[in-house]
Amino acid sequence: MTVSPDLDRRFREAAAAAGLIDAAFDLADTPIGTLLVAATDRGLCQISFDPDRGVDELSQALGRRVLRVPGKLDFARRELDEYFDGRRTEFDMTLDIGRVADFHQVVLGELALVPYGQVTTYGALAARVGRPRAARAVGVVMNRNPIPIVLPCHRVIGANGSLTGYGGGLDRKQALLELEGALLSPN
Amino acid sequence: MGVVTVPPFERFYDEHRGVVFGMLVKRVGRERAEDAFQETFLRALRAYPKLRDGHNLRAWVLTIAGNVATDEHRRKKLWSGAEVPDTESVDEPPGYEELRELTAELPPKERAAVVLRYGYDLDYQRIGAVLGSSAEAARQAASSGVRRLRRKELP
Repeated sequence: MTVSPDLDRRFREAAAAAGLIDAAFDLADTPIGTLLVAATDRGLCQISFDPDRGVDELSQALGRRVLRVPGKLDFARRELDEYFDGRRTEFDMTLDIGRVADFHQVVLGELALVPYGQVTTYGALAARVGRPRAARAVGVVMNRNPIPIVLPCHRVIGANGSLTGYGGGLDRKQALLELEGALLSPN
Repeated sequence: MGVVTVPPFERFYDEHRGVVFGMLVKRVGRERAEDAFQETFLRALRAYPKLRDGHNLRAWVLTIAGNVATDEHRRKKLWSGAEVPDTESVDEPPGYEELRELTAELPPKERAAVVLRYGYDLDYQRIGAVLGSSAEAARQAASSGVRRLRRKELP
């Protein structure tokens, strides 16, 4: 028997209000595809390019009580919409990256400072966290970045100007850099 | 039978909400089914972190829904005593309705075992997985429940 959208919504909101969920998520339609966006009570904790896999990852990282509660992600969808419309160059939302290792947190913190429309290299980012020879380790941190786009790992490229890699695929990296008007040497 | 990973709650909810709602409409009537539905899945959420095995989550959540409906009936009896729920139009495993009444006074584990065995026709291995015990313990719980019911029937 079909559960009405209204009852469904009320259950989801009651579950979140009762503090019974580990993470709330929603889907966000963007020019680079449908993204899963997820938050804990402390802030945005994940963006995934593959929503199905994102739900599993959330469940493994934060607990099985993962539930879609659109109202809990209004803030994130709004800022992402503005970003993709070209009306936002910095994100104001609070992030929750408490579950990642210390070194990752330091690197991601530094990554957050790379300005809109600019690019940097893995090596330069490594140097900024005081580990100039750790370019490869920085690459690993980028690869496991739980909140791409907001933590702008798309702005990190190879020393030779190549895009190198991206969790969401190089097409998306290219699209984000084009959106931001970041100048790249032609491939 | 190996242990099955417990899925993220969203998938569990999405898969079983329809059958749970249908069962509750039948048990407590459409008007009260919505509250009972919420209560069922909130209870499931509370218990979810402790689940060890993803086998038969449908039977598990229907057991919770059955308990919610029973609580609802008790509450209703206290306040009114009228109003019989609509018992048609929902496909539910046959025998469940009668078993529910019949087993209302059994200890919870025996009741669950009897209902899952004779109402839902699950094998003991699966019932054990639902109850968090061995197949043998599930069989014992069901047969002790049945014995208890027989004693009750005798003069």
